[in-house]
Amino acid sequence: MSTAEAGTASHTGATGADRATKPRRTKKPKEVLVGQEKAERNFARLLITPALVVAVVVTQIPFLVTIFYSFQNWNLARPEARSFAGFDNYVAVVANGAFLPSLWATVLIVGGSVLLSLVFGLILAVLLDRKFPGQALARTLLITPFLVMPAAAALIWKWSMLDANVGVINYVLSLVGIDPVAWNTEHPALTIVMVLTWQYTPFMMLILLAGLQSQAGEVVEAAGVDGAGPLAVFRYMTLPHLRQYAELAVLLGTIMMFQLFDPVNIMTKGTGGTKTLPYLLYERAFIGQQVGEAAAYGVITVIVVLVVANVALRTLFKVFTEETK
Amino acid sequence: MSRRRQRLRGAGGLAVGTALALTLSGCAGFGELGQAPGVTTITLASVNNPQMQDLATLIPQFNAEHPDIRVNLLMMEENDLRNATTQDVATQGGQYDVMTVGSYEVPIWGKNGWLADVTDKMAEDPSYEADDFFPPIKESASVDGRTYAAPFYGESSFLMYRKDLLAEAGVEMPERPTWQQVADIARQLKTDERAGICLRAKPGWGEMFAPLTTVVNTFGGQWYDDQWNAKVNDQGFTDATRFYVDTLAESGQRDPVSFGFTECLNLFSQGNAAMWYDATSAAGSLESESSAVKGKVGYVRAPVEKTENSGWLFSWNLAISNESDSKDAAWEFVKWASSKEYVELVGNELSWAQAPSGTRASTFELAEYKQAGGEFAPLTAEIMQEVDPKQPGVAPQNWVGIQYVTIPQFQDVGNQTSQLIADVVAGRRELDSALNDGQQIAQRAGDQQKQEEGK
Repeated sequence: MSTAEAGTASHTGATGADRATKPRRTKKPKEVLVGQEKAERNFARLLITPALVVAVVVTQIPFLVTIFYSFQNWNLARPEARSFAGFDNYVAVVANGAFLPSLWATVLIVGGSVLLSLVFGLILAVLLDRKFPGQALARTLLITPFLVMPAAAALIWKWSMLDANVGVINYVLSLVGIDPVAWNTEHPALTIVMVLTWQYTPFMMLILLAGLQSQAGEVVEAAGVDGAGPLAVFRYMTLPHLRQYAELAVLLGTIMMFQLFDPVNIMTKGTGGTKTLPYLLYERAFIGQQVGEAAAYGVITVIVVLVVANVALRTLFKVFTEETK
Repeated sequence: MSRRRQRLRGAGGLAVGTALALTLSGCAGFGELGQAPGVTTITLASVNNPQMQDLATLIPQFNAEHPDIRVNLLMMEENDLRNATTQDVATQGGQYDVMTVGSYEVPIWGKNGWLADVTDKMAEDPSYEADDFFPPIKESASVDGRTYAAPFYGESSFLMYRKDLLAEAGVEMPERPTWQQVADIARQLKTDERAGICLRAKPGWGEMFAPLTTVVNTFGGQWYDDQWNAKVNDQGFTDATRFYVDTLAESGQRDPVSFGFTECLNLFSQGNAAMWYDATSAAGSLESESSAVKGKVGYVRAPVEKTENSGWLFSWNLAISNESDSKDAAWEFVKWASSKEYVELVGNELSWAQAPSGTRASTFELAEYKQAGGEFAPLTAEIMQEVDPKQPGVAPQNWVGIQYVTIPQFQDVGNQTSQLIADVVAGRRELDSALNDGQQIAQRAGDQQKQEEGK
């Protein structure tokens, strides 16, 4: 589905550029419906009402309840002392100073992982975008990390890869004469980035591979005839073509990685700049047992994400800017 | 998070609704179907650890003796159990008649009036032998002399060391070592391949702060004084934490922040650590067939500094909800599961190594258990009687508990402070500034506690 969307986006993109230069579009005259048409419209509305109600209930009620909780003074260990808290929870969120470091940790870890997995994904996609024996097998093997459950991936990395005594990475380092590294203790944020990058590189690779395979062969051939070397073709033909695929990969990857929880809980327990927003929320709710405060964190997170996403989507991402023009 | 709660509650509501509909239509739930009149059903919410799973397999034995009581068992993972039972007792739900409750919660819940007082019931039946329970274990299930739960199994902490490695190095382990002595031995036994001592440094109130709080106690520190003033950046607490962090740096395991109970167990049983200070319950695994150090491990009391003892105390208890409609039937079950006979039943039916121990003195006198428990069982029994959960440290305290503070906020305080100390272990922070931050976190909870006790 994601690649199909990207495909149509790139088609409209070509014409969108010309349209953008035209003066602002004039306001559509309001259509006036009468008789039969009006009845049909009302009937259609009636038909979609159940679906609409379900959609609203399923998507919006939990959020409204979260907002309600965020104004409650509610400690799980003292449920009988539940009361209206006003803005106390929001004051606590601002006052105890945990939110901004956590936001920063989330941005660093998710941002770093998205960029790294995009770069590795691009390299792998380019390597896979050619015919060779065993191509299907190689592709399947490369996709595997994305199919591993996050908790299982974190455990594999904790016990097999990064363990200070018997870990694979320290063993490889010892072969080149580097002393064992205490990954979790000394570089907790890096360990999380490593796990995320390992998991999401296949995802980025898949989307970019779809992009590469949709590139018309004639264009590349024509560029070759015009005297462009492989590097020039890649730089001036392939990369611009991939831009929208990369944007989509970054967007979806960010959304998925933003929910990062398992590796933090299993590997670092939120120390050393790895207390991401989901983990902070979990701590407030289930260790601090402050449901109201956790809900307030949740509400603030949604607001921050909405603002950032709106700005980012409208300015940075060609996929969306082209479509709305 | 709160969305998840909401969904859970929704599901609960649905279940309640269905149950109600069934009751109204004259078909009251599956559990009651085809049941003889006069049979009482009790619901047990239990943690899913091995001892409780053994209990589940033996419930038919209970039914054979008590055909008029049906036990409906719900097993949950520890955190889920804690959330579910807290919700239930605090909201007077009365879903569960019997619950397994950790020694951290029993006093809090008992004080809140959420648990049934079983003091008199315990005394009623002489064959139950309520005096057989180790006093510290019973105290940690009591508030102001009244008992609110029957201890099911318990543990303390001690120092485990490799006899062969110490002999090789020509070092002798004192019978009651001090922490300084242990640190010296650890330094001597540390090699590039092997840790001198394994100490938990994984953040978490139940991970790092279980052993660390016992060190704090014996170094003369404490979390709070008896007026709920936080003492986290005081001399004793600071000395203990500095000692812990320094010992880890000098002779501890590599990558300390990754290490909790499981990781240390793994490291030590593979022979990659010379000493390990942790729960007495670990010894069973160390002496099992799969352990590489079987038969090579010596056990001594928890190292001390300024106190006589410093072992911790934790127990799982069977408690009856105050909202239960069938308290008498519930007590019959609790009595059976916490009796001397039950220990023998597990020994005979399953195996002696699996027998729930650490609560009754008589268990440690059983010849079969002694044989299965080898070297560590007699020592465990002694430690269980020596530790003092009312005043484990040098100064008096206002709560019953050794490696934790029995107030609801402690898990949060302990968790946040342990994260700060993990930063110190990793060298990202100075100890003093970390403990100053910890002091503020602890004082906030202390102030709340002052307020509640003032009213």
